[in-house]
Amino acid sequence: MYDLIVFLPLLGFLIAGLFGRQIGVRASELTTTGLLAVSALLAWVAFFSVGLSHDEQALVVPVANWLTSGKLAVAWALRIDTLTAVMLVVVGTVSFLVHVYSIGYMAEDPSRPRFFAYLSLFTFAMLMLVTADNLVQMFFGWEGVGLASYLLIGFWYDRPAANAAAIKAAMGKSAQFLLHTWLPDAMEGPTPVSALIHAATMVTAGVFMVARLSPLFDLAPVALAVVTIVGATTAFFAATVGLVQNDIKRVIAYSTCSQLGYMFVGLGVGGYSLGIFHLFTHAFFKALLFLCAGSVITAMHHEQDMRAMGGLRKEIPVTFWMMMIGTLALTGVGIPFTSIGFAGFVSKDAIIEASYASTGFGATYAFVCVTLAAALTAFYSWRLVFMTFFGQRGDWAASPQAVAHGHDGHAHGDDHAHSDDHGHGDHAVRDSPQVMLVPLGVLALGAVVAGVAFRYWFIGGGYEGFWKHALFVGSDNKILETMEHVPAIVSLAPTLMMLIGFAVAYYMYIVDRRAPKALADANPALYRFLLNKWYFDELYDFLFVRPAFRIGRAFWKGGDGALIDGLGPDGISARVLDFARGAVRLQTGYVYHYAFAMLLGVAIIATWYLFGGIR
Amino acid sequence: MVIGLTHYLTLAAILFTIGVAGIILNHKNIIVILMSVELILLAVNINLVAFSTQSGDLTGQVFALLILTVAAAEAAIGLAVLVAYYRNRGSIAVDDINALKG
Repeated sequence: MYDLIVFLPLLGFLIAGLFGRQIGVRASELTTTGLLAVSALLAWVAFFSVGLSHDEQALVVPVANWLTSGKLAVAWALRIDTLTAVMLVVVGTVSFLVHVYSIGYMAEDPSRPRFFAYLSLFTFAMLMLVTADNLVQMFFGWEGVGLASYLLIGFWYDRPAANAAAIKAAMGKSAQFLLHTWLPDAMEGPTPVSALIHAATMVTAGVFMVARLSPLFDLAPVALAVVTIVGATTAFFAATVGLVQNDIKRVIAYSTCSQLGYMFVGLGVGGYSLGIFHLFTHAFFKALLFLCAGSVITAMHHEQDMRAMGGLRKEIPVTFWMMMIGTLALTGVGIPFTSIGFAGFVSKDAIIEASYASTGFGATYAFVCVTLAAALTAFYSWRLVFMTFFGQRGDWAASPQAVAHGHDGHAHGDDHAHSDDHGHGDHAVRDSPQVMLVPLGVLALGAVVAGVAFRYWFIGGGYEGFWKHALFVGSDNKILETMEHVPAIVSLAPTLMMLIGFAVAYYMYIVDRRAPKALADANPALYRFLLNKWYFDELYDFLFVRPAFRIGRAFWKGGDGALIDGLGPDGISARVLDFARGAVRLQTGYVYHYAFAMLLGVAIIATWYLFGGIR
Repeated sequence: MVIGLTHYLTLAAILFTIGVAGIILNHKNIIVILMSVELILLAVNINLVAFSTQSGDLTGQVFALLILTVAAAEAAIGLAVLVAYYRNRGSIAVDDINALKG
């Protein structure tokens, strides 16, 4: 059964990738999606059977012997424990829903078999990563998802920005602070790809790996402190950038970045299950938000700039309500002091409480960061909703942001390669087809109930029985206990922050719609700083890209050109030429020169015989 | 003063050297080169005749006559070529004649 979960997507990839032309578009779609459906279903079966079983030992399914070198034997095996099962469910479910959604979203694209093949390839690589029994195998999966991510971001390879983003993304994975710059650029890919790879699965590979290596991390407080601080910084930084972005996908991308920071904070304070739990719930509501954004973009005929939107609430009601659910889940709406609330409420607030309760280095900093980030999260999420779904179309067209937006020229390109000939004829805004709305509904269900339904197992009383030995927690690591006993104000803080963020967003984007412009005009430096993402792209360009170019040029011109070519082929040929030029100069063509040469020769020969004698 | 073999040979050597120097140092006129060649041939002839007299063998003097004939023919052909060359190129200055240049 576990073999099937992992290898059915590979089969789908091979069929659609190799025979896509022969069997046609529709057959490719149905094959890959059908296989993924089976895989996802089996993943849920595996989840419950592993999670509820009383078998303490992890199940190892051998596949093949990979390589043996001396005493080092690397087997290819699937390690099935609770951690793997959780990831199987996340990857399988989101991937299946994205496959279904893509049937509708990509309906106008001519190379759909290729797209679906890549999606299945990605799913296979991701499953390979999460089922890895050893680090070599995990590395295989790690690089595999990188490859698939590269292929999918660069799917529209006739767009230079997509190619550049694909190259940039091939080098990143977890999008943590200082290494995050590729994630927003990766939004050049099709929206389902963003939902699958850059929200739910690949970017969380780092979280998964830290959890998988929990025996290592739990004994290394310094490493945990680094994880905490980096995560907290990411959560805060990305949230601030998300405040002012205008591209609907980029807002969600920075939100993803920020939420990944939350997960790392959860891991860093020792609550590995907290990080994984947030990963689990986040996968549902962030994929939901991305797919909703895709639906909005489709409805708007491939417009991604939120300033061109507005008042879509009545025109695409289904998408609107789905987006509302995703936003409620992301911002963490719930009833304080209970575990009842949307998915994000349960998992995110647990992380905030744990960061307060933790005594580890950097935990206080992390608590401040993630609490503030909760308010920022609420603000940018509601800003997105208000700008997109409320008011009137064109409300924001004349905003000052349009002037300042020049920096990000490539950000608001069409999401779809065929925007020019989409043949709808009319430009009416209408809701997406059923095939796109049904996955939204399923994800919305997850976004509503995933927190409440699974809290008991992931981080509550059922912890021991559910995780068994999948996560290692040291004897003095009591974070899950102490986080239950934080002061009331700490438990209340996330909700308060969320309400503040909501209130500010409501005031600025519903009540007084000139407030954003006034605020941006009052703080132009801060506004530009945030809009340009803390100038990280420029900083990296200065620190790394240009020095790299300089070094490359030095090696090229100096090392290869001057040294190797100069002493090698070019040098030899130049000396031959020099010699030949000298020889040519001897051939003057004047009779008396030749005569002189002859005389010299005769004189030399005569001298030779006179002094050397004739033998 | 008895004029001996040494004097003849010295004269021949001087003539030969003048001829060679005329060929090498002359940059002006091809006719001078022809004249220099004649000088060299003459020097050789003097050598032949001097050795012939010294050793009492007439072969050298016969050979000298042969060379005189050849030299006359050569001078005729050389001057003819020179005239033809002048008609073609309008100059017989040695410095202008470098068609062998590589």
